[in-house]
Amino acid sequence: MKYNSIIIGGGLSGLLAGIRLAKAGQKVAIISSGQSALHFSSGSFGLLGSVDGHSVTNPVEGIKNLPAVHPYSKVGAEKVISHAAEVKNLLSEAGLTFKGDATANHYHLTPIGRCRPAWLTLDDYATCEDLAAIKWKKVAIINFKGYLDFYPEFIADELKKKGIVSVSYTLSLPDLERLRKSSSEMRATAIAKYLKGDNLDLFATEINRVLTPDIDMVLIPAVVGLDSEKPLVDLRSKVKAPLSCVPVIPMSVGGLRCQMALRRYFESLGGVYFLGDSVSSGYMKAARMVSVETVNLAPVSLFADNFILATGSFFSHGLVAEPHKVVEPVFNLDVRVPSDRDEWFRKNLFEAQPFMEFGVDTDPQFRVKKDGKVIENVYAAGAILGGCNPLKEESGAGVATVTALEVADLILNQK
Amino acid sequence: MEYQVKNISPNNFEQCIKCTICTAYCPVLAVNPDYPGPKQAGPDGERYRLKNPEFYDKALKYCLNCKRCEVACPSNVKIGDIIQMARLDYDKKPVPLRDWTLANTDFVGSMATKMAPIVNTVLKMPIVKKAMDVTIGVDSHRQFPAYAGRTFESWMKKKAPDQSVYARQVSYFHGCYVNYNYPKLGQDFVKVMNAIGYGVRLLEKEKCCGVAKIANRLVKEAKRDAELNINSIRKAVMEGHAPVVGTSSTCIFTMRDEYPHLLGVDNSDVREDILIATAWLYRLMETEGVKLVFRPDYKARITYHTPCHMQKLGWTIYSVSLLKSIPGVDFVPIESQCCGIAGTYGFKKENYAYSQAIGKDLFEHIKEANVDFVATDCETCKWQIEMSTGVPVYNPISVIADALDVEATRRANGLV
Ligand SMILES: Cc1cc2nc3c(=O)[nH]c(=O)nc-3n(C[C@H](O)[C@H](O)[C@H](O)COP(=O)(O)OP(=O)(O)OC[C@H]3O[C@@H](n4cnc5c(N)ncnc54)[C@H](O)[C@@H]3O)c2cc1C
Ligand code: SF4
Ligand code: SF4
Repeated sequence: MKYNSIIIGGGLSGLLAGIRLAKAGQKVAIISSGQSALHFSSGSFGLLGSVDGHSVTNPVEGIKNLPAVHPYSKVGAEKVISHAAEVKNLLSEAGLTFKGDATANHYHLTPIGRCRPAWLTLDDYATCEDLAAIKWKKVAIINFKGYLDFYPEFIADELKKKGIVSVSYTLSLPDLERLRKSSSEMRATAIAKYLKGDNLDLFATEINRVLTPDIDMVLIPAVVGLDSEKPLVDLRSKVKAPLSCVPVIPMSVGGLRCQMALRRYFESLGGVYFLGDSVSSGYMKAARMVSVETVNLAPVSLFADNFILATGSFFSHGLVAEPHKVVEPVFNLDVRVPSDRDEWFRKNLFEAQPFMEFGVDTDPQFRVKKDGKVIENVYAAGAILGGCNPLKEESGAGVATVTALEVADLILNQK
Repeated sequence: MEYQVKNISPNNFEQCIKCTICTAYCPVLAVNPDYPGPKQAGPDGERYRLKNPEFYDKALKYCLNCKRCEVACPSNVKIGDIIQMARLDYDKKPVPLRDWTLANTDFVGSMATKMAPIVNTVLKMPIVKKAMDVTIGVDSHRQFPAYAGRTFESWMKKKAPDQSVYARQVSYFHGCYVNYNYPKLGQDFVKVMNAIGYGVRLLEKEKCCGVAKIANRLVKEAKRDAELNINSIRKAVMEGHAPVVGTSSTCIFTMRDEYPHLLGVDNSDVREDILIATAWLYRLMETEGVKLVFRPDYKARITYHTPCHMQKLGWTIYSVSLLKSIPGVDFVPIESQCCGIAGTYGFKKENYAYSQAIGKDLFEHIKEANVDFVATDCETCKWQIEMSTGVPVYNPISVIADALDVEATRRANGLV
């Protein structure tokens, strides 16, 4: 099997790179062991929300203060911003409506009602331009009976701190009552499967029944719209006050929708997506990768001119921690990891953890290295790059998407 | 360090990070709230069951064993295997007659073949269907596949001398469906193989792959059949008639993965030689330069339905690539979704409604695709899709056989 480019890992980064390359006319295959970190997305993507503990309002400015090893420093501030604009376009082409812009962070509501900076937020979710400017006067917070992954009391407390009055209601629908039978599975995605058609109408009617005219915002848990945005659009048109979602404990309905929409878009561009298969090894000739083998397709090899490694970090097994070393398990590439295990983590869980910044070593063009030598046609993108702390910086999705477009461009601009 | 190595279970259940991704992709959970879902039924429940088998939940019977949860799991937990093992190990209820009958596809098949015209007529009679529904719980909506009057094996016996003439040989695992219900598929396979210069032979002995027996908890019988099949396969491989190929993704999947995982039958020396026909054909074309030439007048608008076990094998690409390589084919892609039948599962009265609810979206997509027919590598998917959509379904090998220009193919492969 021959492709122009093969992407290992089909999360946010692999998919964005795949879409960019397929749109440019390349024949692209993505191989992905399992589902990705996107399933845990809060519904908001971060580009850069904080540097050294100081919050960032304009990512363009923040990028200038980042260390040289940071992926954004390698891309360069200007290009980060132009890639970020392109990311929003590609997401929209995939049928995903996001609000936000790379030159000014906005704020999104967290599951406990706090405000955190964000770059792009799915249109479903509650956001505000800046912290002082929430305009709601009275908010209705709606939950479902028996649903444990949503915390109206915390949200009400946080709103109160901002001088906003809120009232909470617990509703129930017959079909969701059935779901409660297996309490462990009354999760966001399971609810979303039932909240369509007649059930959605019923939900809207129930909300309208408790609304009073002074309520100017309805907050519901983010459990609507798995396959597309449509159910939420319908719900909004039926409820008599503005309505927004608050992220819940993952699985994330919005994240899952992103994963499916991006995959569909990639496939509609002619891309091939192998789910549930893992790249197990590669065949190299001099400084180039010639082909890779997968668990399912071996002994048939997959050949390509270029390869992108987008296998994620520890969560997705792009990196694997052994008792005394950290390895990149597919090609055994060079990684940037201190040899002393004590330097891997800090005892205080809430401090910035060094292991979050572990990643594969690359040259300035994101090409990976093995035994100190650059592999000329293997690029790394996304969480596997390390060099940043996505959690503390609020930069996870930004790094994943910006580096994806950067390596796609490097491939397309090769002589 | 060593303790980490010692704590790895064959099913990876300790690798579960409780992310719940599997629950989002389980087709049963989406329609049946009585089912606890893959995470609860699999790795979570296993922790309890290991402490005390009393924690076994009989709702595990609703699992289709489709393995879509395993395909989605980012931590490589063998969720489907854990659930099936739990059913086999902890469900001690005697197997009811209905399940025994559905499971013994080869015994029932060989009896029915002898009386095919009568059996086919009787099984179609509304009164008989109603009676089976009420007495043994086989849903009356189901149409039993018709039994052929003559088995594929007996047809092959006649053909054996012609087949042995070919210098290169391949072994064919026909499975119960080809043998008793649809010998035509086996004949199509022989036609394609002969055209590229391969003679087809059967295994010395072949029994049902055992998937239905496993699903209906007849472990001892399944294991006996599995051992017999693996021994025959081993013999064929040793004699150089490798690989052993089949036209049913479920038979192939069962023999490759369920034998070692669920039945404890070691197949490691021959596992790589057990292949679905399209995978082998594709590999021959890629590595040995084998060519297929198709009739210029062949025209069809088709789609491919990915059977769950084909998805798990990761081999959809082989069938789809071959179909797309037929010049007259207008290929319409559809999303991979479970059709809901899962072998004997959908035949059971208590599962019928869930079965249809699971497949609902797929049926709509197929109808919207407006195709001449659907191609798929699984016979039970075929029954389910034909019954639920009215659109005919064929195995990719039959499609290839139909579109093939045999003479031109022989010439292209230097055989004349
Ligand atoms: C739990 C969690 C929640 C997060 N939430 C947010 C958020 O709300 N907002 C935000 O901005 N960022 C968030 N992030 C940061 C996140 O890392 C990025 O947003 C982004 O999703 C990373 O994408 P990726 O494609 O680089 O990696 P991943 O999404 O991890 O994808 C890697 C893929 O590679 C596959 N893979 C691994 N090895 C192989 C192999 N050998 N062969 C084939 N495939 C392989 C994996 O199965 C996986 O599908 C979160 C991260 C985690 C872990
Ligand atoms: S997807 Fe895998 S790791 Fe996640 S809960 Fe299911 S079994 Fe556990
Ligand atoms: S094997 Fe299929 S039916 Fe069973 S738990 Fe997994 S996804 Fe659900």
